[in-house]
Amino acid sequence: MSEILKYISRTWNIKKLVAILSMFILFLTSGFPLFAQQQRFPKPEFESGYTQPVTSMPEARSDFFAIFDVLVLIVALSLISWLILKKRSRRGVLAVSVFSILYFGFFREGCICSVGSLQNVTLALFQPEYSIPISALAFFVIPLVYTLFFGRTFCAGVCPLGAIQDVLLLRPVTMKRWLQKVLGLIPYIYLGLSVLYAATATDFIICRYDPFVGIYRFDATFFMFAIGAIFLLLSIYVARPYCRFFCPYGVLLNWMSRFSKHHLTITPNKCIQCRLCEDSCPLGAINKPVPVKVMEDRQSATKRFISLSLIIPLLMVLGGWTLSNFHENLAKVNPKVRLANELMSFKPDVMLPSVEIEAFKSAGTPLTELYSQAAIIIEQFYIGAWILGAFLGLVFGLTLSSLSVFKYREDYTPDKGECVSCARCLKYCPVEK
Amino acid sequence: MDNKGKKDRREFINTCFRFAAGATLVGVTGVLAHKTVSGNTLWQIDTTKCTQCGRCATSCVMTPSAVKCIHVYDMCGYCDLCGGYLRPNVKTITTGAENQLCPTGAIKRKYVEDPFFEYEIIEDLCIGCGKCVKGCGAFGNGSLQLQVSHNLCVNCNQCAIARDCPSGAFSRVPADEPYKFSGFKKEKKG
Repeated sequence: MSEILKYISRTWNIKKLVAILSMFILFLTSGFPLFAQQQRFPKPEFESGYTQPVTSMPEARSDFFAIFDVLVLIVALSLISWLILKKRSRRGVLAVSVFSILYFGFFREGCICSVGSLQNVTLALFQPEYSIPISALAFFVIPLVYTLFFGRTFCAGVCPLGAIQDVLLLRPVTMKRWLQKVLGLIPYIYLGLSVLYAATATDFIICRYDPFVGIYRFDATFFMFAIGAIFLLLSIYVARPYCRFFCPYGVLLNWMSRFSKHHLTITPNKCIQCRLCEDSCPLGAINKPVPVKVMEDRQSATKRFISLSLIIPLLMVLGGWTLSNFHENLAKVNPKVRLANELMSFKPDVMLPSVEIEAFKSAGTPLTELYSQAAIIIEQFYIGAWILGAFLGLVFGLTLSSLSVFKYREDYTPDKGECVSCARCLKYCPVEK
Repeated sequence: MDNKGKKDRREFINTCFRFAAGATLVGVTGVLAHKTVSGNTLWQIDTTKCTQCGRCATSCVMTPSAVKCIHVYDMCGYCDLCGGYLRPNVKTITTGAENQLCPTGAIKRKYVEDPFFEYEIIEDLCIGCGKCVKGCGAFGNGSLQLQVSHNLCVNCNQCAIARDCPSGAFSRVPADEPYKFSGFKKEKKG
């Protein structure tokens, strides 16, 4: 107090005194809840000809670039499809890979990407209030359309996540078939979970656990950087570990590619079964010829079909039932459900409120409204968990059945689903056009 | 002959599935076509919901955060005793480091005329912690507001701060109106 009195007596000025006193009173009454954004102190009328600076509002990146990205995607996809299918050039694929690492990776910093756009599409389908940016929709649909015609050329070198792993593959090791099949189930689980969380507007887990985006931005948390580094180190030996054993968008591309019209063929002409390409695929995606004698006879095939048609529905029901028992655990990721849980177990006399609880109380929403919202979300998770479990049961069942099916095949052909059209096998084929 | 028939059948089934897959894609696109926004959407803070919890400084994928304190000069009272600049209960009103509320010294205080002072945010130093915003909102006009600075924001598909925001203040806004200042007078785009 004496400080202020001294201050006032030194520079006596009525205007100043009023301003200081009013603020002093406010400081004293600061214990009371005061509402922000009130004009407590009117803007002064300046006498010294002071001009007020402009409030800084930095412009965002122009919308034009979002369309430009889509154009770059189309051009890169067309180019790489032409290079793979017409020119049959591995070097060309490599060049496009380097370009997409530089452009979609380091320049655009990994956002927007097709893998993540899957969640935008899901969110837009399930949440009426969310409107999807047109570029996100384009990034989702365009690679799928190309894959339906030309195989997984998007994976080959346009996807920045795939490209960075592909260029690092220097010492490929072959993986055991059973391990490949088992790990190959993870993407289905990942896809199911990411769709469940996106559909309930909970979280975009693909973006959250994207191992390479932090590296592209030079700004990852230690945890994410460690995961990214592990994937990159692994991809020196194991071909594309993220693409094959995690990527949820890869599942959709796999489905599309199975029915692709013009898929890459190992030989440009007729296969002479020289077996030179047999071990050339680092992904293990080359199907060997199946001689007629390995084919099973009609009777055992019918038996197997009947037993499978019983087992698969059973697996689906079992999967759905199991996961639906865990639907509350799955729902805990949702912030509203988490807050409701926290508030239910909150004891104001012994516990300090968390930031969430404080923010909720200051917002003044009635508690019952939050609880009813959380109950709706948990209900959605119950239905979602049933669907997810049934889906996983179906996938497991079909994977099991595919192990016992022998499709008659004379030549060495790429497995249309698994093959990412990286064009490594082409140079092993001695047959000329 | 038999093999040829098998091959034809396989080919036919393949074509059927291809058309089914194509139809699904067209269907999804068609359903979503009327839900699209032509431009991009950007993340922004609703200042009326913001509680200045301080997570903007720590949750952003960028270091330092893309959220900055932005000074809406139109709302400022140009106070000498600024609740956003000075710590509560300071002994002297000076620019001494011990008196400043900002942990990084990102607010520049400039004398204008008796008894008014201008406060300027040095964007490079601001970490978006919101301490000054809280002070200004509690004691003053609330002219300091936390906003996503769009030249720094990488516009993640899912904003990491939005996920951690306890008050749900983050939302996607259309790109033609990228700032959400609150107050009695909105500044025209300069």
